[in-house]
Amino acid sequence: MKSLLKHRLAWPVIALAALLLLNQIFRPDFLGLRMQDGHLYGSLIDIMRNGAPTILIALGMTLVIATRGIDLSVGAVVAIAGAASCAYIAASPDPGSPVTAATAVLIAVVAGLALGVWNGFLVSTIGVQPIIATLVLMTAGRGVAQLITGGQIISVSNDHYKSIGAGYLFTLPISILITAAVFALAAVLTRRTALGTLIEAVGINPVASRLAGLRARNIIWIVYIFSAVCAAIAGLMISSNVTAADANNAGLYIEMDAILAVVIGGTSLAGGRYTLVGTVVGAFIIQTLTTTVYTLGIPPEVTLVFKALVVITVCLLQAPKARNLLNRLKAAPKPAAKEAAKEKVAI
Amino acid sequence: MNEIVPVVEMTDIAIGFPGVKALDGVDFRLFQGEVHSLMGENGAGKSTLIKALTGVYTIDSGAITVLGEPQRFSTPGESQAAGISTVYQEVNLCPNLTVEENVLLGREPRRRGSIDWKDVRSRTREVLAELQLDHIDPGSLLSTHSIAVQQLIAIARSVEINAKVLILDEPTSSLDADEVNQLFRVIRDLRDRGVAILFVSHFLEQVYEISDRMTVLRNGKLVGEYLTRDLSRMSLISKMIGKDMEALAELDQAPARTRAGSGAGATPFIEAQGLGRKGSVSNVDLAIYPGEVVGLAGLLGAGRTEIARLFFGADKADEGSIKVKGASQKIRSPRAAIDKRIGFCSEDRKEEGLIGDLTVRDNLVLAMQASKGWARRIPRRVQDELVAEYIEALDIRPANPDALIRNLSGGNQQKVLLARWLVTHPELLILDEPTRGIDIGAKTQIQKLVNKLAADGMSILFISSELEEVLRVSDRVAVIKDRAMVAEINNDGVSVEDVMTVIAGGAQ
Repeated sequence: MKSLLKHRLAWPVIALAALLLLNQIFRPDFLGLRMQDGHLYGSLIDIMRNGAPTILIALGMTLVIATRGIDLSVGAVVAIAGAASCAYIAASPDPGSPVTAATAVLIAVVAGLALGVWNGFLVSTIGVQPIIATLVLMTAGRGVAQLITGGQIISVSNDHYKSIGAGYLFTLPISILITAAVFALAAVLTRRTALGTLIEAVGINPVASRLAGLRARNIIWIVYIFSAVCAAIAGLMISSNVTAADANNAGLYIEMDAILAVVIGGTSLAGGRYTLVGTVVGAFIIQTLTTTVYTLGIPPEVTLVFKALVVITVCLLQAPKARNLLNRLKAAPKPAAKEAAKEKVAI
Repeated sequence: MNEIVPVVEMTDIAIGFPGVKALDGVDFRLFQGEVHSLMGENGAGKSTLIKALTGVYTIDSGAITVLGEPQRFSTPGESQAAGISTVYQEVNLCPNLTVEENVLLGREPRRRGSIDWKDVRSRTREVLAELQLDHIDPGSLLSTHSIAVQQLIAIARSVEINAKVLILDEPTSSLDADEVNQLFRVIRDLRDRGVAILFVSHFLEQVYEISDRMTVLRNGKLVGEYLTRDLSRMSLISKMIGKDMEALAELDQAPARTRAGSGAGATPFIEAQGLGRKGSVSNVDLAIYPGEVVGLAGLLGAGRTEIARLFFGADKADEGSIKVKGASQKIRSPRAAIDKRIGFCSEDRKEEGLIGDLTVRDNLVLAMQASKGWARRIPRRVQDELVAEYIEALDIRPANPDALIRNLSGGNQQKVLLARWLVTHPELLILDEPTRGIDIGAKTQIQKLVNKLAADGMSILFISSELEEVLRVSDRVAVIKDRAMVAEINNDGVSVEDVMTVIAGGAQ
């Protein structure tokens, strides 16, 4: 139990479990799942589906933050990807065909790729500070999206396209499956190759990494491209879910939620060691919070304060000082138990 | 006054980090009016004990008593409030403030709510005069003074605080002989006035010159407390390394290797001609042959590290040329150098070597992995074999590949960094101060390793502040002075004095 508590994911997981339990107490059917028309329904599914874009973006953000960077432009990339795909579908001669939908997806992903290359270029080659470099696209990107949509909200009707954000496959929402696939891809990409270790090395000590022969430039490029592609896929989900592209509001402030998910998950903004699983847990916490607010019937004007309190608590619990304090409080009555724990560590 | 009570008494202290037990049941006491040296190899627990006393680390068990009061320090502030003052190797003052501002920082005398600068000046004058440091202008910026003077000012500050305990952690490592003498005069003066002084240094001679008593630690455990006059140098060293004189004897025999032939007709592995960089170094002509150790000798700041960085591409040369194996090459980046099978151990382990939050395993294979690229991960099995091999070959302790490297001692960190390059099988290895700040056992091991590597055909560029060490391991010595190479000496029975003469006299 003690060693479990020491795990870096302990507190985020406990916080998530506590939130879910709280919901269950107020709404006894909360954790229940039911089958309807071959689709799985339930609050948990809703949380996962609604949280899918945030999780996707947070995964990309995790790797960027691990290299001591930050990507503020993800919200703008969401808007551009949605605008580009919807504009293409709306203008195509056959707006309802699967080929059109596939091409639209391709266009969005390529747009994400290009925007990631741009961010990576500014950060790794020109040497602009990440927060400034991505701020450029964060502000300019919405303008680009507006240019694409001509300042209008573009509505499309293509069932294939709609299924990305609203469809089901194997009883599960497709957006959840996509997110799971991207998570698996990221995990394999970073842990089966040396990418994860090299990302951490660059984040922990860039100077020493360079002297060890690491090509930090490539690594940094990869993470910004990955982040932007994740954002583009999230943009597809969001626009497909409402079958429309809204250049102004799609993905608005999503960068904040993503950064928050990363931090709650236990990855330090100072770079270095990261955890993708932690980030997913962090994103679930944020999404569950939103749901909890409705479950508990918290009045809208205190919603943000409630969210803030939970986030602060989770962050504080992870701070080394708070952890030491907790350990000391726990150890005080039973010094023998602490001794035993120490022995194990010392080996 | 029938029984003398120690100013500081630490009993049964234990501190552990994940994977490492840094201190285990250590007792330590410090009396008024004595200079007490804390001795031990790197990783013996000296720094940890000091940090326990200064409140940087909180002890896991044991007791600390200062001036009869039981204490449990959890912040440096608490320790300072108890009368303990520390002067570190890297001076922890504000270089952008004046001497007087530093001396009285945080305790400025006030008059009607604002700082009384006249009083600041006079109090600073007073304390400097007490230490016979009248020549220092209280109004001058701290950064205009040498490190030695800055250290003396840090000591003046603790005198002003009226500290009962003064901890000096490696205070002499960047001082010259005169400066050391001046420091020792001040230390003796304070001792005679009843201050308890804890002194830590790697220089044995200085320890014997200044200290009255010593406590020896080994592997986080207490070996014993001795009066300096009762403990010979040899027995001190054997207590520190925990075995007999074998290692020391071997150290003396180190240069037994037959000198590698840099005979006519052979092609040097690397050859620099007129190599230089604006504002850094100029006019470096140096060739290193396979199987040869070339030493760089020169004073601190003469440009030794700068030359190493040019060879490794860490800085770009803007004049001259480099040939590798006879072919003209541009070395534009560390990566380019590594591709030409050059390795470089920086003198700044912490900033330029270690990836502190990664494990020994990750650190050890980093250079190899970097040159393979991120996509081709070295299989775990191969990593494990390599790491196990080098942990054993270099005697890295603890022998745990999963320990975070920042929890290792300096000497063991250095060995991991050496191993990082050895696994890439370089043809030229540049070692910048590979033995700085590490204990005598590890030092011997590294010097022997250098000999062995050269015997196996590797070229080595060896940089060290210790001329004895340079002469012990090198076949040839290049003398660097004032950011240029001034002479090249074949090491056939050359003495330290000879090299000093060249450094003093310039090009011959």
